[in-house]
Amino acid sequence: MNLHMNPNPYRPGGTVYGSLLNFRREHALWAPRMHEAPYKAPPAAPVLYIKTANTFTPSGRAITLPNGVSEVEVAASLGLVAGEGGRVAGAVLFNDVSIPHQSYYRPPVKFRCVDGFLGVGDAVQPVTDLGELAAVVLELRVDGVMRQRTALADLVRDAATLWSDVNAFQSMRPGDVLMVGTDCLDDGSRPRVKAGDSVEITATGFAPLINHFIEEQA
Amino acid sequence: MKRARIAWAGAVHDAVESDGQLELLTPAFQGRRVGFDEVVWLPPLAPLDRPRTVLALGLNYADHAKELAFKAPEEPLAFVKGEASLIGHQAFTVRPDGVNFMHYECELAVVIGKPAKRVKKADALRYVAGYTVANDYAIRDYLENWYRPNLKVKNRDTCTPLGPWLVDAADVPDPQALALRTTVNGQLTQQGHTKDMIFDVATLIEYFSGFMTLMPGDLILTGTPDGVVDCQPGDVVVTEIDGIGALANSITAEQRGSDPDSGQ
Repeated sequence: MNLHMNPNPYRPGGTVYGSLLNFRREHALWAPRMHEAPYKAPPAAPVLYIKTANTFTPSGRAITLPNGVSEVEVAASLGLVAGEGGRVAGAVLFNDVSIPHQSYYRPPVKFRCVDGFLGVGDAVQPVTDLGELAAVVLELRVDGVMRQRTALADLVRDAATLWSDVNAFQSMRPGDVLMVGTDCLDDGSRPRVKAGDSVEITATGFAPLINHFIEEQA
Repeated sequence: MKRARIAWAGAVHDAVESDGQLELLTPAFQGRRVGFDEVVWLPPLAPLDRPRTVLALGLNYADHAKELAFKAPEEPLAFVKGEASLIGHQAFTVRPDGVNFMHYECELAVVIGKPAKRVKKADALRYVAGYTVANDYAIRDYLENWYRPNLKVKNRDTCTPLGPWLVDAADVPDPQALALRTTVNGQLTQQGHTKDMIFDVATLIEYFSGFMTLMPGDLILTGTPDGVVDCQPGDVVVTEIDGIGALANSITAEQRGSDPDSGQ
């Protein structure tokens, strides 16, 4: 059933999940702290969060920085879109925006579920073999300047493993989306943008995802 | 008015409570009444054309916060759930094999009635469509300290019964004046009162709507008081809130290919 993939432009028809600490670089940077309080142990299950429907922003539309927020983190991710029968039907680009936060202890609702904080690619690309996604490289540019290249070959759990581990406890229904995660830069941070910046996320075979950032009108 | 969403005679219907029966609103069956035991109860929510936002609270009763050995939070401890975890009244919830502590959580659930953005506490209750009962099961074996409570604890299939009724907000003059209780196999195990919420319904709407626009049909599960106990396959768990409803649920074992109530 393509009902969940075909609106033009695409918008998620189900719950959108994000994955934390699923790139080797960030996982390795965090590893020395993972046994310390409050974490006390490395994560065993996939660490997930939800991007609520109020965050969805189509490509080409502006993302508003709320009053009092001067900078936000932007991050390229690939979302796996569930089809029928628990299978992945396709993949789509996302710009997973968040207010910078240092702690991963409590759920990040106020940092990640702000109105507009998820740029959504225009079209879902059909996927028949999850293994092929390891070749995908996401590029993130701010005002045309390359800021980050994210290779899905660097995932901790590759797409197939992540999909399987998540579906073991929560079934992904048709239209639900599982983002594979976002990588950090070498120093553990993520690219930051402010009002006036434009962010473009691209990957071979996908339509570019472009969102510009604006100040909230008083 | 108490509203329900049910499956009956091969289709899904909206219904209202009438003299101890369900009165169907479906045009073809307008006015027909069916018994509570003749239907399959679904979560009492109309479908949406977008993913439903399901917000939930941890540690929102002073006594439960104490029970779990945490100090009361200074701001709401909020997390988000997927709609796929919701099931209706008189349904089955699966207890995974090999876990040691799976407990219910009786919670007042708020259903938003109109778009709410930066709503002030004094106006907040005007944005509520109604109230229902949620049982926000948790499996503590899976608790990890990464975005805690993590989704493997809180977002499992079948682990969020909701219902039976959506009670119109107009019929609930004060959501902070409701007694809650849970029984397991008829034995009282949990008691509380919504006056003991750390962050009351109006405060929660103000908090969430401060950074996210709440939309009609979105849910806020407002947390649970103390008195949570382990539940085993075969247990019948009834979470009840005065004036809102009594939500029954049965625990079943993780048995594939067998009758769901054979967990006895």
